[in-house]
Amino acid sequence: MTTASSVVKSGPGLRGKQRRDRLRILAFLSPWLIGVSVFFLYPLISTVYFSFMKYDGFTPPTWTGLKNWSYVFTDYPFFWPALRNTLWLVIVMVTLRVLFGLGIGLLITKVKTGAGFFRTAFYLPYLAPPVAATMAFAFLLNPGTGPVNNILGSIGLPQPGWFNDPAWSKPALTLLALWGIGDLMVIFMASLLDVPQDQYEAASLDGAGAWQKFRYVTLPNISPIVLFAVVTGIIQTMQYYTQPLVAGKVASGVIGGSGQQFQPGYPENSTLTLPQLVYNLGFQRFDTGGASVVALVLFALAMLFTALLMRRRSGFLGTDD
Amino acid sequence: MSRVHRTALAAVAVALLATACTGTSSTPQASDDATKETTITFWHGWSAPSEAAAIDANVKAFEAAHPNIKVKVVGNINDDKIKQALRAGGPNAPDVVSSFTTDNVGTFCRSKVFADLEPFLDKSTIDLDKTFPKPLQDYTQFEGTRCTLPLLNDAYGLYYNKDAFKTAGITAPPRTLSEFDAVAKKLTKPKGDSYSQLGFMPNFHGYESTTTHFAAQWNPTYFTPEGKSNLAGDPAFGQMLTWQKNLVAELGGFAKLERYRATFGDEFGAKNPFHTGQVAMAIDGEWRLGMAKDAGTTFEIGVAPFPVPDDQADSYGKGYLSGTVIGIAGTSEKQNAAWELVKYMTTDTDAVVSFANAIHNVPSTLEALKSPKLQADENFKVFLRIAQHPKSSTTPASPNGGAYQLTLQDFGFAFESGKQTDLAGGLAKTDQQIDKDLAQAK
Repeated sequence: MTTASSVVKSGPGLRGKQRRDRLRILAFLSPWLIGVSVFFLYPLISTVYFSFMKYDGFTPPTWTGLKNWSYVFTDYPFFWPALRNTLWLVIVMVTLRVLFGLGIGLLITKVKTGAGFFRTAFYLPYLAPPVAATMAFAFLLNPGTGPVNNILGSIGLPQPGWFNDPAWSKPALTLLALWGIGDLMVIFMASLLDVPQDQYEAASLDGAGAWQKFRYVTLPNISPIVLFAVVTGIIQTMQYYTQPLVAGKVASGVIGGSGQQFQPGYPENSTLTLPQLVYNLGFQRFDTGGASVVALVLFALAMLFTALLMRRRSGFLGTDD
Repeated sequence: MSRVHRTALAAVAVALLATACTGTSSTPQASDDATKETTITFWHGWSAPSEAAAIDANVKAFEAAHPNIKVKVVGNINDDKIKQALRAGGPNAPDVVSSFTTDNVGTFCRSKVFADLEPFLDKSTIDLDKTFPKPLQDYTQFEGTRCTLPLLNDAYGLYYNKDAFKTAGITAPPRTLSEFDAVAKKLTKPKGDSYSQLGFMPNFHGYESTTTHFAAQWNPTYFTPEGKSNLAGDPAFGQMLTWQKNLVAELGGFAKLERYRATFGDEFGAKNPFHTGQVAMAIDGEWRLGMAKDAGTTFEIGVAPFPVPDDQADSYGKGYLSGTVIGIAGTSEKQNAAWELVKYMTTDTDAVVSFANAIHNVPSTLEALKSPKLQADENFKVFLRIAQHPKSSTTPASPNGGAYQLTLQDFGFAFESGKQTDLAGGLAKTDQQIDKDLAQAK
């Protein structure tokens, strides 16, 4: 009896404690929950909702079913070129940025004198505002008057059209991205300096050369940082907007002017990216539904790339973690 | 179902309900008393100090005439900000709004985000036909809904370098396109693989050398009465594109002209190719007069209407028109007071003239165009005449901004470069694309 009555008495008390514990956990989690709900879940649900609605931003939305999806995938002429460009940039630009950032990081960690100068020199471009940096590059790479082509011409090399040539516009944007490599350089430098020296010493004793040390000591140690650089690079590239827009505007000559409409993607849609389509549809054509479809495609692609990379993370990181 | 699942579902439901509440659901009726003390907010896009000062002077004059209405002026506002504010409404939203983007009038009117001005025009017994030139009436309404009025006007004409004309022995500006082509060739001076002077930059990326500005010389019809794109149906577009492509070929070809175009400075800067003498002729708006003066050009500038097709020589003097629009926010609860400002700025002859004088734009009312107070030299008077020409035209408003113009322009890029050779087929395909875009917008 005593035992039974104590069990009966302890039931509500236990439930009360559990409730209090849950509330306490919720209280601790609440800043995160609020943040995720307001800045992630709500916009995401809204975007899904609007992708099935006719909504011009002013009048109340009305249900249109799959019309927006059908329009974007089959009738909107800029979607597929923008997707191709975005994938090109993800594959080429992100890869080159990671390789270049790692290479510069490796070089600077080896420099004996003037390391501070080189670190500053390579980091500073990253601080340049994207619009100013892009305009400066458009000036430098101007096929008619730019100093780069003047130099190339003076030594007998071909002079590309850069931002004015659909074949060269994305490579020119990649050059601009490599110029602003400061962020990755700093991250790679920090990770390279964090590699335990005794592992290099052990490798030397085993007769490892420079490449073997890099392959079997450096790379496994910094691979989480490489993964981080790739994932964040992909996400940033998915959001690539300012530089291609400004480069296209400057090169096409439509840089300003009140009331001027501008079709992004100059030349010949070669600098068109998916975020530009979100703006074009949502704010120039007042088609929030179509813009939401493109935004969801971007979201899905970012999730897909990240999931693929994370799925292979154990092999990539060289560990099972 | 667990509590977590129930909570998540509830959150989703709340979010969906919240999103469903988005949008401007109703437009308040104009019920305020415009004779009582009130303050209204006016948003405009001008940003240069001289322009802002001109607006302020106009507003001060309005306040002097309407002592009970105070105006809070907010400048340097673009259409994105306007759309956000008008969508949200509230006490900080504007009552009166002006926009440079006439192409957005279709959406502004259709969505009722700008109030219908017909009741106000009726109340004030303003006869539009006796007040504004016809093209200006056209670009300030959409499908019969008038939600904006013209606030000054831009007219496009031909700028030419009088010194270059004199050197080439040309005594008068060309009036027809065949004369124009001959003059452009005569003024072109090749230099190696480029030019020391180009008669005219016909390429569609050549600043104001756009498909719509050229097409205005043919008085085209962009849409059928059913609202379908009419590019293939109206021979004007094919004729315009053919003329332009022939001129491109005559002046050296697309690739050579593009290489030369890459040497041009910014359109709105001092290094505009017309200022520097890189081109001897240019199609441009009346604002170029002030810009050329500010840039310190060393040659004498001449202005004339842009030439017309040979078979329309009798319509010489016409041109493309556009301009700034002004309207009342649909969310405004002070629409009667707001109308007083709109009426004053758009129809008061002295107000329109003083504003036009201050910012070197073409006035937007018939009376102001003839006002003796208008400061206009011989070059500026050309634009005044273009603005009043009965055959001058504009591009119609559409529900998706200027998308149809950009689609036509894209075809123009493909055609001029030779990537698209089938003119009739290309125009028909462009029609289809515009129709698809319009169907998506409707």
